[in-house]
Amino acid sequence: MGRKLLLEHINVPGINTFDVYRSKGGYASVEKALKTMSPDAVVEEVKKSGLRGRGGAGFPTGMKWSFLAKPEGVARYLVCNADESEPGTFKDRYLMTYIPHLLIEGMITSSFALGANTSFIYVRGEMMPQIRILEKAIAEAKAKGFLGKNILGSGYDLELYVQPGGGAYICGEETALLESLEGKRGNPRIKPPFPAIAGLYGCPTVVNNVESIAAVVPIINEGGDEYAKLGIGRSTGTKLISAGGNLKKPGVYEIDLGLPVEEFLYSDEYCGGIANGKRLKAVVAGGSSVPILPANLILKTINNEPRLMSYESLADGGFVTGTMMGSGGFIAYDEDACIVRNTWNFARFYHHESCGQCSPCREGTGWMEKVLHRLEYGHGKQSDMDLLVDISKKIEGNTICPLGDAAAWPVASAIRHFRDEFEWHVTNASEAVSRNYGLAHYADPLPTPEPVAG
Amino acid sequence: MKVTIDGIPVEVEPGTSILNAARQIGGDIVPPAMCYYSKLEGSGGKCRTCLVKVSKGSEKDPRPMPKLVASCRTTVMDGMEVQNITSPEVIEARKGVVEMLLINHPLDCPVCDQAGECHLQDLGFEHGAAKTRYEFDRRTFEKIDIGDKIQLHMTRCILCYRCVFTADQITNTRLHGILNRGDHSEISTYISKAVDNDFSGNIIDVCPVGALTDKTFRFKNRVWFTKPVDAHRDCDKCCGKTTLWYKGEDVIRVTGRKDVYGEVEEFICNTCRFDKKKTADWIIEGPRKISHKSVISSNHYEFIPLPVVKTNPVLMEANKEQFERDTRL
Repeated sequence: MGRKLLLEHINVPGINTFDVYRSKGGYASVEKALKTMSPDAVVEEVKKSGLRGRGGAGFPTGMKWSFLAKPEGVARYLVCNADESEPGTFKDRYLMTYIPHLLIEGMITSSFALGANTSFIYVRGEMMPQIRILEKAIAEAKAKGFLGKNILGSGYDLELYVQPGGGAYICGEETALLESLEGKRGNPRIKPPFPAIAGLYGCPTVVNNVESIAAVVPIINEGGDEYAKLGIGRSTGTKLISAGGNLKKPGVYEIDLGLPVEEFLYSDEYCGGIANGKRLKAVVAGGSSVPILPANLILKTINNEPRLMSYESLADGGFVTGTMMGSGGFIAYDEDACIVRNTWNFARFYHHESCGQCSPCREGTGWMEKVLHRLEYGHGKQSDMDLLVDISKKIEGNTICPLGDAAAWPVASAIRHFRDEFEWHVTNASEAVSRNYGLAHYADPLPTPEPVAG
Repeated sequence: MKVTIDGIPVEVEPGTSILNAARQIGGDIVPPAMCYYSKLEGSGGKCRTCLVKVSKGSEKDPRPMPKLVASCRTTVMDGMEVQNITSPEVIEARKGVVEMLLINHPLDCPVCDQAGECHLQDLGFEHGAAKTRYEFDRRTFEKIDIGDKIQLHMTRCILCYRCVFTADQITNTRLHGILNRGDHSEISTYISKAVDNDFSGNIIDVCPVGALTDKTFRFKNRVWFTKPVDAHRDCDKCCGKTTLWYKGEDVIRVTGRKDVYGEVEEFICNTCRFDKKKTADWIIEGPRKISHKSVISSNHYEFIPLPVVKTNPVLMEANKEQFERDTRL
């Protein structure tokens, strides 16, 4: 079993209270950072750790921090993105519910590193219980002198606020989040300028995921080099994976990056295999936005190497045979899952959540949803698959924010890998509404390439 | 700063957008723009018709940009090389955007007052397909009267946000905005308010399609049967420089003076626009010059310059359709 950094004390009774959290070594990173380190040293430590953003894009956090503009006399802000609403991802909610002080500790240390005196946690509006938990935890931390004026006698001031979100998936996009935080309609901004130059209220801002900020705590406690020893290659440290779908033991798992997917799926320590003794059909490896992969390609890459849970290995093969780490929403589908229905469901989500600002996404997501709905209910045509691929191509890359890409990838990849099933929905329309296509040959082992003579 | 657009170099001020640099060159290489409006700060970036390919970032950093960029919101860098109509990728993306814009558009041009001066019509003509691949019901809305002079027909709207920016920037209070999200979003007032402001009429001028129309002109005439004449009057609210649209002896419409990109030179007030519809109110300057490519200039027997046959082989190859059309005239 790998080492747990974030969820080490998750099962300690009362860990959501300040006293128990403190007795388990909590807030040590704040003490260490504020008393012995300079802000730049903290940033340097995070850079050394190689921590990559846990929200989906995987951009190195230390790099992001060092890009922050530091003009004189202008406030800087740290905003924590807790607007977790990607279908299949629930790690941040878990973290905030059970161990809220970890996030607050991370926020204090990170704000110190960035020189922010006001920081925000933008929590999805639907997560009202978590908002209450965080507010209570902030009040406790403030009462003990870890927040407010002159924290621990270091002369550093920090106010931390929790902001309930505007109730839209798009508010999780960093610039839309800032708009929403400013009290406007949550439309993504056109970049450049990036938030590091002009973000919240036009001031330099860093937006980080809950898990990235929580990961700063072990990095400061143990040192960046120590953290970088975990994981594999450029994917360092541990990652929370929200495993869901047809698994024996779904839930949030903390894994060392670099764990083989097969072990994660089938070992009893983690997901424990597919529920009800069925076989695996497909996996969405990182939340609904990433390409779906059939069972054979998720366990082994196209070069017949075992696929690992790391940013690089999951992306091996590009969009043709690979997928992405995304936000870590691992959804497994068994042999009875209908890929067409699932793709329709995802398309419906993106249709519902498109902000409507730029035309390809506004019109294209709705169009894809309607075509997929028609396919699922047995009114499809053979030409629909090509139409869907074409629409997804016209959306991808032509939009303001990544929501357009996120809407296009699942559809394009489902058709790429499961075209037979889509065609079966057209040719056997009456059967398609009453039963599922099943496994077909997707779980077969990959064909071994013929050795080329000479 | 030196920028090259489709192989044509141009010197521009720092901070100019690619679109404005292209407009300084003029001609076929100007990307179409549905939502960008140079007089409105912050507009642009939404419709995605002006996407271009940046094949060389700048002199310092020659890497190309990974995605197509919205030319209206991307500032030029020294030594930047941009491909517009010479890039098949851009043409393809633009076709896609036009198709997306049209799938929910009612295409009721035969009864639409904007027909003839509609940007979406031009865009569809240049880049659109003859047939639609969309086989579902189109989105429809009820017509709304916002104020006694302006009618909003949301079904035609392409959500360019220009009218929102106009109301924000040239009127004191904005009463309309975007409600809902995604393809349900609509321009509306909350709740059923009348837009009543001295400059509210400008939202008609900035609308690239027929979503916002002048109720004093609705269904009066096709624009290409009217004669545009420049005129001015002393107005205490605005500059008073307008274009009058004549049918016979009658002024049937007053608008701002629109340039070749459909942008008004100066915004005018509602008194000039809606109330002064007699020739006696105005000092006539002379006929308004309209590009001979516009349908409005049809039936106006003026000298039409012969089309220039382009000799740039790259341009000829990429713009074959356009070339054929021009030489047919």
